[in-house]
Amino acid sequence: MFAYVLRRFVGAVPTLFIIITIAFFMIRLAPGGPFDLERPLDPLIMQNLERAYNFDKPLWQQYLIYLGNLAQGDLGPSFTRRDFSVVDLFRTGLPVSIRIGSLALSLALVIGVVLGAWAALRQNTWVDYMVVGTATFGITIPTFVIAPLLSLGFGVMMGWLPAGGWGTWKHMVLPVTTLALPQIAIIARLTRGATIEALRSNHVRTARAYGLPSHVVVGVHALRAAILPVVSYLGPAAAALLTGSVVVETIFGIPGIGRYFVQGALGRDYTLVMGTVVVIAVFVIVFNLVVDILYAWLDPRVRYD
Amino acid sequence: MAEDNILSVRGLHVDFETNDGVVHAVKGIDIDVKPGETVAIVGESGSGKSQTMMAMMGLLASNGRARGSARYRDKELIGLPERQLNHVRGEKITMIFQEPMTSLDPLYRIGRQIAEPLIHHRGMSRSQARARVIELLKLVGIPDPERRIDAYPHEMSGGQRQRVMIAMALANDPDMLIADEPTTALDVTIQAQILKLLAELQRKLGMAIVFITHDLGIVRRFADRVYVMRSGEVVESGETESLFASPRHSYTKMLLSAEPTGRKEPPVPDAPILLEGHNVEVVFRAGGGFFGGAELELRAVDRISLALRKGQTIGIVGESGSGKSTLGRALLRLLPSEGAIRFEARDISNADKGEMRPLRKELQLVFQDPFGSLSPRLTVGQVVTEGLLVHEPSLGARERDRRAIEALKEVGLDPVMRNRYPHEFSGGQRQRIAIARAMILKPKVVVLDEPTSALDRSVQKQIVELLRDLQKAHGLSYLFISHDLAVVRAMADYLVVMKQGKIVEEGPTEEIFDNPSHSYTQTLMAAAVDQTRFRQLDLHTG
Repeated sequence: MFAYVLRRFVGAVPTLFIIITIAFFMIRLAPGGPFDLERPLDPLIMQNLERAYNFDKPLWQQYLIYLGNLAQGDLGPSFTRRDFSVVDLFRTGLPVSIRIGSLALSLALVIGVVLGAWAALRQNTWVDYMVVGTATFGITIPTFVIAPLLSLGFGVMMGWLPAGGWGTWKHMVLPVTTLALPQIAIIARLTRGATIEALRSNHVRTARAYGLPSHVVVGVHALRAAILPVVSYLGPAAAALLTGSVVVETIFGIPGIGRYFVQGALGRDYTLVMGTVVVIAVFVIVFNLVVDILYAWLDPRVRYD
Repeated sequence: MAEDNILSVRGLHVDFETNDGVVHAVKGIDIDVKPGETVAIVGESGSGKSQTMMAMMGLLASNGRARGSARYRDKELIGLPERQLNHVRGEKITMIFQEPMTSLDPLYRIGRQIAEPLIHHRGMSRSQARARVIELLKLVGIPDPERRIDAYPHEMSGGQRQRVMIAMALANDPDMLIADEPTTALDVTIQAQILKLLAELQRKLGMAIVFITHDLGIVRRFADRVYVMRSGEVVESGETESLFASPRHSYTKMLLSAEPTGRKEPPVPDAPILLEGHNVEVVFRAGGGFFGGAELELRAVDRISLALRKGQTIGIVGESGSGKSTLGRALLRLLPSEGAIRFEARDISNADKGEMRPLRKELQLVFQDPFGSLSPRLTVGQVVTEGLLVHEPSLGARERDRRAIEALKEVGLDPVMRNRYPHEFSGGQRQRIAIARAMILKPKVVVLDEPTSALDRSVQKQIVELLRDLQKAHGLSYLFISHDLAVVRAMADYLVVMKQGKIVEEGPTEEIFDNPSHSYTQTLMAAAVDQTRFRQLDLHTG
């Protein structure tokens, strides 16, 4: 097992390297730069700035310098927030994003699995139709539509919750809900399908043929099999939450790293964008590894060695 | 008399609601089982024999409804609430199923699964149950039970899993054991072991056994009484001996004579060699490389040489995993292999796809699974003529249709049906369609990969006769891959016995059947003789 984890980590290095390389050159292809303002700067000041940040060197040298710094854990200075380094920004932003993301994921898992299993056990009744209908509806509405609607409804019109900002738990309700809704829908549908399949499987028939009480048949034998596809979905779900947080943090004005991604990209803050890419990539890779290990723990047929 | 029965089924009906209306699977049948008795319910697929038992045990699919009566001692089972039914199933009546590979939960250790009925019905503690499970595993002949109790199902073979199911069935000393085709999915040598085990256990423990089976060999050997079912009705019943000696119903007579008969004459001695393999070797590799860990190597076919003459049928027999299908595919160049392969004296070992394409017409393949190997979205006419589009593109639509009619007639199907879709046909008809698809190209060599294994005995017999007729009419050469010795004997004039990728014995079919020299062949024959040549041998143990 240890050898497997080690191999996966070593295997992640080239993946990460390719992601960084593509992101580095792609952001440089975008027109404009971090110091382009509406009123152009004095050419002399511009020259000084470019020298200070190595922009006067050829691109490949800048790339090597960036890689060198990255290897030492230095993500560089932020160009748009001049008083902070990218690492400083993440030190405050990352905990916020992680808190929202993990809350949304937990909520989605609990509600999604319960709804899905409930629908499966009441297959072809109004419960089932309602869950499936709502879930389908939930998947079709994008985050950038739900977020302003929730903010408008509960924040502005009803005044129950803050329409945006950050501070108390109340500030978390709307963004977490926005992030969780589509995931609840997807997980509910996944769980429903997997549970129905599991209930029809031969080993569940065996459990019933041996007179086991229905809570054992369903809880022990059907649901454990049904949870497996949900576990495999956790990797993509985490990635979806991260991209979702870019939109949600921007709309609700939350100081997480998702917002930096948008601001950085618009302001051509090269190092901030690169930093976000690196952090998200590392996160997705590590999370997928955790999911794979979890899967092997749940399903004895899967063994890594 | 009726009070002696532990089970009496009266006027049982099972209906399924489907999109095409209500299907009556079981139409008012009566069945009795006395304590300690062995009763067989025989019939072909779709006769309703399994659904009868499923209805009784409350295991029908959600669209199924049971009417009528099924009493276990004084308790009416039909319509019994689940909570009360759970005091009967798993405790008084237990079941083992046809699918040993999927009937156990893959996510839990076998010990835990056998223990569950003990804990729920007898209120045993985990440690008490564990001791009993070890005892049961010993009883069903699992070696090293103290260690194997913690195995997962996927770590066991099919035969062992069926033993585990039997252990689970015996856990609560049931009155009655329902065995639903318990050996159908197993290799012949394993089948014989499982049947022997069941007979021994019954002698020792004295429970009644209901055998649901299509295999008359099992019936003859084990059952005291027989019910013969056909399309939801019991057409005949009685003591095994008298029923076998003088069957009254025409369907029973047909079942009894359903074993493939006749023998294949060898080809003329100087018939030219069509397909030849020399030291053919197929190796599957898994793992290796940076991510895969240690490299695993499986030698599926280990340096086999074989020469197929014109008009000859070589039967390749062996149990699952012996490499017989892989060999067939390698000889047709459908799998990469080492060694030399010649077709009509031309070396095709290194022929690329383009060079092989014109030869594909001459080298055809018919698969085991008549359900999976026909595209569900093409009509039968399209399925059959698809090969013509590739190999004889100059043919017009009218000419293709004429050829389809001809091919379907040849395999005994009404050509009017060529505009229907495969799902509208029975298993035997589909296999005829698959054969027509191969024959329309007028091939020289046909590899038949278990073409009769998924079919009922009576249908098998017809397919065997069809294949033999086609061979005679067109001078075909067959490579006939099968684990079923009765069918091979009727089809092949030369026999190759494979085990673990190697040929352990080969020779003219009758010579090997009369005088098998290798111990593995002898085991295979002995296991098969038990079941298929029951008419010559009285193995009934009473």
